[in-house]
Amino acid sequence: MPTFFEKKQLVTPGELLAEGDYVAGENTYAEGNKIYASRIGLVDNDDKKVNVVALRAFYVPKVGDMVIGTVVEIGFNGWTIDIEAPYQALLRASDVLSRPFKPQNDELSQVLNAGDLIVAKIASYDRAHDPQLTVGEPGLGKITRGQITKVTPTKIPRVIGRKGSMISMIKEETGCQIILGLNGVILVTGKNPEDEELAIMAIRKIEEESHTSGLTDRITQLLKEEKAKREESKK
Amino acid sequence: MNEKPEKLIDKKGYRLDGRKIDELRPVKIEVGVLSNADGSAYIEQGKNKILAAVFGPREMHPKHLSLPDRMVLRCRYHMAPFSVQERKSPAPSRREVELSKVIRESLEPSLFVDLYPRTGIDVFVEVLQADGGTRCASITAASLAIADAGIPMRDLVVACAAGKVDDTVVLDLMDTEDKAGVADVPVAFMPNLNAVTLLQMDGILTPEEFENAVNMAIEGCKKIYDLQKEALKTKYMNVKEEVEE
Repeated sequence: MPTFFEKKQLVTPGELLAEGDYVAGENTYAEGNKIYASRIGLVDNDDKKVNVVALRAFYVPKVGDMVIGTVVEIGFNGWTIDIEAPYQALLRASDVLSRPFKPQNDELSQVLNAGDLIVAKIASYDRAHDPQLTVGEPGLGKITRGQITKVTPTKIPRVIGRKGSMISMIKEETGCQIILGLNGVILVTGKNPEDEELAIMAIRKIEEESHTSGLTDRITQLLKEEKAKREESKK
Repeated sequence: MNEKPEKLIDKKGYRLDGRKIDELRPVKIEVGVLSNADGSAYIEQGKNKILAAVFGPREMHPKHLSLPDRMVLRCRYHMAPFSVQERKSPAPSRREVELSKVIRESLEPSLFVDLYPRTGIDVFVEVLQADGGTRCASITAASLAIADAGIPMRDLVVACAAGKVDDTVVLDLMDTEDKAGVADVPVAFMPNLNAVTLLQMDGILTPEEFENAVNMAIEGCKKIYDLQKEALKTKYMNVKEEVEE
């Protein structure tokens, strides 16, 4: 039962990864007893499961995911939201108003207008239906301040870091609040725009160098240096 | 230029452009050349210059074209007015409509179409300069663009043609050989799965010659496949190097 790769090897779609008693994991598929890659990425296996960490992918909705989206259209009883996925999401008016929605009393555009950004959770999604969003939990709803940056959705776990080490470090160093949408959209809210820019710069750096080791330490250092530089220029 | 040369293969067995019978034209491939597309690729095969762009998967527009159980692949093959000797009308010709269909059908088997129902992928192929065998080069580039867009696929699709000029079966016909030759056999192929996704024949060949041509084209495909993989890896190479540190 051989495998045909070294750990962390770069593979292209269609490359034969393993043969025999293996299970196809992420971004791979099985044909008979052979396992092939289905996306460009780095291979790895934990025991019998062969995974490819994709270098390029798009966001696929999953129930319970927190996402950041843009209102694109106001409908009869809700909004259409772009969540940077193959499907557009729906947000129902009754969910936002937390009471029955009456078209004669409520003007939807006064609650959320086209172009507004929202933080939401995916309430339901399956093959046959577009994802439905909910904002009925604390911390969700319309975004009123802060800055947005986008990364490839596959790199969100790297921004979080091991047990959240990376993200909590950035929060601490910059004093910003950071909300990660699993669809690759990140909201940074700080006391002033400079802090926000610092955090965004760190996130950009993570995206560029997402596959290097010891990244958390280097980002810490980068932030410290950058902060010192800014202190200096203020004087 | 447009006159038919007397002999397409000289006494020593070399072709008009100095190639051997089973030699490909020089191929250059680049991935991720367009920033606004989700995935893109550029290929030069001899004098062919072709750009492929992929958008999606995204909601289908118009919506009624989407299918409830599968993803729809749409393809547009288009030749730029300046891509050929005589200016070509930019309106899609009969030939372009046919080639769009042919390219679509040769790419579709490589995709997991049932994974993302109700969505669509759009593939745009723009021929900037044409010199015979554009459908094959287009398939090669389009498949790379799909991989670059991060769309899961069974294998990259490569295509290459073989044909008969004078009395010999040769690989990778260029424009003059195609027009003055006897037959042309384009083949699209998924090397890892050993599956042919496109097989056409234009002209007359004996069964033996046909078999010979198909095998020759598949050998050509395998050579281009290596370049294709190389090109895709080059775009993501910096990542690999960092890992190796």
